[in-house]
This record gives sequence, C-alpha cells and structure tokens, in this order.
Amino acid sequence: MGEALAELPALVRAHLGLSVAAVAIAVVAGLPLALWAVRARRLRGPLLAAIGLVQTIPALALLALFYPLLLALGRVTALPIPALGFWPALIALALYALLPIVRNGVAAIEGVDRGAIEAADAVGMTRAQRLRLVELPLGAPVILAGIRTATIWTIGAATLATTVGQPCLGNLIFSGLQTENWVRVLVGCAAAAVLALGADLLLGAIEAGIAQRSRWRLWGGSGLLAVGLIFALLPGPSRPAVVVGAKNFSEQYILASVIRQKLEEAEFHTDQRDDLGSAVAYRALAAGEIDVYVDYTGTLWANVLGRRDNPPPARMRAMLAAALAQRDGVHLFGPLGFENAYALAMRRDRAAALGIRTLDDLAHAAPHLRLASDLEFLSRPEWRAVAAAYGLRFADQRSYSPTFMYRAIVDGSADVLSAFSSDGRIAALDLVTLADPRGALPNYDAVLLLSPKAARDPKLVAALRPLVGSIPIDRMRAANLLVDRDRDKKSPAEAARWLVGR
Amino acid sequence: MVASEPAIALTGVSKLYGGRPVLDSVDLAIAPGSFVALVGSSGSGKTTLLKTINRLVEPEAGHVAVEGSDVRGLPPAALRRRIGYVLQAIGLFPHLTIAENIWIVPRLTGAPGAERDARVAELLRMVALPGDVGRRYPASLSGGQAQRVGFARALAARPAIVLMDEPFGALDPVTRDELGRAYRALHDQLGLTSVMVTHDMTEALLLADRILVLDGGRIVADARPAEIARGHSDARVRALVEVSTRQAARLADLVAGR
Repeated sequence: MGEALAELPALVRAHLGLSVAAVAIAVVAGLPLALWAVRARRLRGPLLAAIGLVQTIPALALLALFYPLLLALGRVTALPIPALGFWPALIALALYALLPIVRNGVAAIEGVDRGAIEAADAVGMTRAQRLRLVELPLGAPVILAGIRTATIWTIGAATLATTVGQPCLGNLIFSGLQTENWVRVLVGCAAAAVLALGADLLLGAIEAGIAQRSRWRLWGGSGLLAVGLIFALLPGPSRPAVVVGAKNFSEQYILASVIRQKLEEAEFHTDQRDDLGSAVAYRALAAGEIDVYVDYTGTLWANVLGRRDNPPPARMRAMLAAALAQRDGVHLFGPLGFENAYALAMRRDRAAALGIRTLDDLAHAAPHLRLASDLEFLSRPEWRAVAAAYGLRFADQRSYSPTFMYRAIVDGSADVLSAFSSDGRIAALDLVTLADPRGALPNYDAVLLLSPKAARDPKLVAALRPLVGSIPIDRMRAANLLVDRDRDKKSPAEAARWLVGR
Repeated sequence: MVASEPAIALTGVSKLYGGRPVLDSVDLAIAPGSFVALVGSSGSGKTTLLKTINRLVEPEAGHVAVEGSDVRGLPPAALRRRIGYVLQAIGLFPHLTIAENIWIVPRLTGAPGAERDARVAELLRMVALPGDVGRRYPASLSGGQAQRVGFARALAARPAIVLMDEPFGALDPVTRDELGRAYRALHDQLGLTSVMVTHDMTEALLLADRILVLDGGRIVADARPAEIARGHSDARVRALVEVSTRQAARLADLVAGR
C-alpha cells in the first residue's frame, strides 16, 4: 500500500499531463473540424463516420498501432521520432477524444436559436462576428459538454498508455494485475476514478456557470481547473536518466528494479518503462528509447533474428551477441545466471500417478490430457518444435494469462501447463517440469541487453557488471515467488532488494 | 416642390426560389420619410422584397438602390448596419444584457464605448422602458418589452431607414396596438423612412401612409390607406380590405347599440 502510494504523485502527474495534452489537441483540432462540418454539409457525413470509426477500434489496439506507425515514419523521414512513450499515447488518446468534441461542436452550432442567427445577420454581423459573438457563446454549454465527455474518456483510456511505455496510473493497475497485487490495482483504479470525477465536477461547474450566467461557478470551476493543470504541466524534477525497460511479468519488474538499484548505487538517475511487449522492448532498446533491459536468448533468437534452429546455449549466445551488435549496435552484456525457459510441467501427484517423467512419457498420455498455455506459447516456434519432436497431441488446449494458467492447473481444469523454468510457483505449487531428452526446447538464458548509447558509457557498464552471473535459478524462483504468492506478497522493488541484498 | 431622391429604389427586381418567381420584375420607389406597408398573403413575396433592400436576399435580376447608391457596391454587413431591422422572432441575443443587445450595432461599427450608457438610456426612454431594464437579460422580459428592446436595437445607430418584418406578429392585440402607435410616433419624430411587412390589413391601414399589396411576386396595388379602404379596382385587394372594414362596421354597430 505504502509503496503504491509513494509512486502515486508522479504517476498522477504523468497521467494528468498526458490526458490534458490529449484533450487539448482534440479541442484544437476538433472545434475547427466541427465548424467545417457545419458549413460543408456534404462532408459532414463522411467526416463524422471517419471519426466514429476511430472510436470502434479498441483503445488498447489504437495505442499499439501507433508504435509501428511512428517507427515506420521515423525510418522513412530519418527524423528522430520517438515511437514509444508519450507521443504514441498522446496521438492515440487525442484521436479518441475527437468524436465527442466534433459531434457536440456540430450540435452546438446547429442548435443555436434561429431567431438569434437571423438577428445576427440582420444587424450586420460578418460571418466571423456571428461565430464569435453569437454562435460560440450560445453553443458553449454544448461544446463544453463534449469536452467534458472527452476528458472523462481520456482519463480512463490513458491508463492503457503504460502498454506503450508511457508512465501513467495504468502502471499500478497493470503491474498489480500481473503480480496479483490487488492493492496496487485498487490504488490505480481509485486514483483514475478520482481524477475523472474531479475533472467532471469542475467542467460541470464551468458548463453550468456559462449556461446560467453564474460568474461564481464559472470562475470557481475555472480557477480550480487551472490549479490542476499547473500541477500536471509544471515540469517535474527533470534530469537525464537511464531508462530501464521491463516486459509485463513479475520477474521483469524485479529485474528492472535490481538494475535500477545497481545504477542508483553508482549515482545514476533512473527511470522505468513497464509493460513492454517482447518485440516492442527490443526495438525500443535498439532505437535508444530505453537503455537497458533483460531479455532471454531463445526469444531474441526466434523473434529478433527469426531463426528456427536450436544450437547449444553458449553457441547461441555468441551468435546472438555478434548479430545484435552488428545489426542494431545492441550490446549483449552477459547472462545473469539463470534460465527462464519454456518447460512443460505437471502437478507432482498427477505426474506420479500417470508415470510421466519425460516428454516422451507425456506424448503417450497426452491424447487424454488438457494443456493450459500462456497467451503466446501455442503460436511460438518452440511449441511447434516440441510438438513435432515428440508427436504431442492434447485432448484440449487453452490459453490463459500467466496468473490464471496456474490457477487452472491447481483447480484441475488442466493437467499440463507451459511453465517458465524460473517461475517461483513451480516449487510453491509442487509442480514438476518434464525432462526434454530430445533437446527440442531451446534455451532461454536471461541476458542483460544495453542500448548502443548505454554500451558506450564505461561507468554504466561498470555499474552493471556485478550482475553478470550473479542470479542462480533458485534465487530467481524464490524472488519471483515473493511477488507472485497469494499471502504476504512483496512488491517487485522489495523482492529486488531481497535478491541483491543477501 | 422638387422631387427628392428616393430613399429606396427597386428597378426590375426578380427573385426565383426553385425556379418559381417570388419577385417578378418589381419596380418601386420609396420617398424619404414615408411609412410603407407591404401587405399580402403568405408566399406573396412581401418578405423577400423587404430583404432585398439590405441584401439578406440577393435578387437574380434588377437593381436595388439605397439613398441613391446601388446596394451591391457595399459589403452586406456594412449596408445592414446602416439600416434598422426589426424581426417577428424579435431575436434578442439571450447571452447579452438588454444594454448590450441595444448597443450591438454601434459596437459593430466601432462606436466609442463611453457613449454607450447615455445612448442606451435615451433609447430605453424612447421605447418607454424603465432605465434599469438595461442590466437585465432578455429571458426576464415579456414579449412586448422584448420587442420594445428590438425597436431600440434597430434605432441605436441612428439609421435613416428601418425595415420591419411582421414586427408585431408575435404580440397580443393590446400590446401590438400600443407598440404600433408608439413606433408611428417615433417614425414621425425622428423623420424615418419605414418599410413594414404585415399580413394584417387593419394594421397597415392604421399605421402606414402608403400601402403596397403584393400577390404572386407583383405589386397589385399601390395607394394611400384612404384610397385602399374606400375600395380598389383589384378584387384581391378588395378582399383583403373587406375583412377589416366589415369587422370595423360590426364593431361600430355594437358600440351604437344597433
């Protein structure tokens, strides 16, 4: 609780800053669009349809879409366009906020009393004067209602910005969800709700102030809103920081925290980008948007190099190091000392009852067994390799988010799961990993990766060197369990302190 | 007497709506200081004619001249600020105070704001409204009060010409009679040229000094009220007048106890 609260002010600021900027852009772009749609009647249908179409794209997908889009744009234009973090989040949210602003804008201008419009023309107002003196003031409550709707949507949708590496209240929600730390989830949700309600209340007061010509409400609401904006937009403690990346599971949060602790001991300022997808994390590193993160050799081998073969661990690592350095200037610093490989695991009692110890044994029993996998596993080459090598066919295969995958094996709705070898729950839930006598599963040594820039900083390299080879598998499993277990949960930062502080 | 230049002159003015003529080659000259009523049934073209004078409607053919100059030589907004305009819908701006409403045309022409309060007070007196009304908003006024403000707004920039599109149409009979007579007095006192559209022949007969009857986009009668009232050669005009005279005769009988 305390830790989630400590992170809160910075996240609220980032969240508000992002939301305000997105709504501001949507207002600046949306009001002229609305006026245009009022004048050009033939264009109104297509315009509103196009904006409405954006709304039908799930917010998460819209955010994700801008990453490759900005990346491609940066490549085509050769400009340093940041594809991760603030910008893709900002553009996606601004697009999202456009609909209520444009729609209400059109309704506001069209809804102005015909008598007032006729009078405006008859007394000799030009078109611009009519807009400024009559249509905008009279349409203001409806326009503001649109901005209000957009603001509430945006504050809600901004929680998703964490998935493209932009700090926001979603950090608490997503990391809390991954580590089953419900306090973090609740703190994140409650903070987002309070922000949305607060914004709604203030904009509502301003709206009523305009509609009822109550200066007290208008200025009161505007004043408080301005205070909130100043809080959000004042530059925070800004300084050059080493940005540590993390994918979206407990081990990654812990290791990111370990790296930050090491760097801060060496007096670096650090920052963290959470919840990055596998492909996003590597490309962000290559582009210098993050400086350091932990990835796994098998993942890089298959996803980044696109290789299907399965050389022995040391050879794979050497080939990776050469290829990544040559292609992207990324420095594969060294293995941390443990492997987080895919393995197939079963409950110990069930495996014993069926006499299963290896994947060969499993292949015989598989047609009567159910497989629970994580969301990626069934579409990965490892699964195809192991299924082909052993001729595995299950009665049923289902994908779960990692947390629920373990639930499925505990409650008996699945017999076999795609486990990660460093997962603390393997020991905690009394699972056994099945041996791979044919060597079909590639290895997944955890390795530190440095961005081209970070690799050229000798002080940074020196600060991280002690981590190489320092984390054996049992320590990592134990640290993961501290975070993943149901009772007496630790935060990733606490687990990281436990891991390095022994 | 030297024939003075007409305040408003229309020459061969035609206007089509969807291929149908609503004004059919209208010629008309209105002398300064006259009070002209445009009478006719719905669709006769009377409002369209009125609106060609300040370019709220642009005719397809013909010329309109105001105080000797062709209106097409002036930007529409500038032209309209020179001409007072009163609407049936009244059309006060609900977000502005009464004083701000009255002062709107001087504000558009860039008149010094320092003159505002004195001028607004003078106009409120002219339309017989209490001075403190200026601070209020239109929503707090009755229909009759609001149209008094409408007249004050039309007169604020001291126009020589005032156009009125059914100015009393939305008011109750007592108020419309009262306000009609009040405006007629202002017309005389300020030496205005007034053009009023109405479908009410009685109102036209009692207020105007020249009556134009329109039908199908043409002027079918152009005469003084007394001539119109005594009987006109055109049957359509007689029909319009007969309603008024018959009602008046019946009332006179009632009063006389016959």
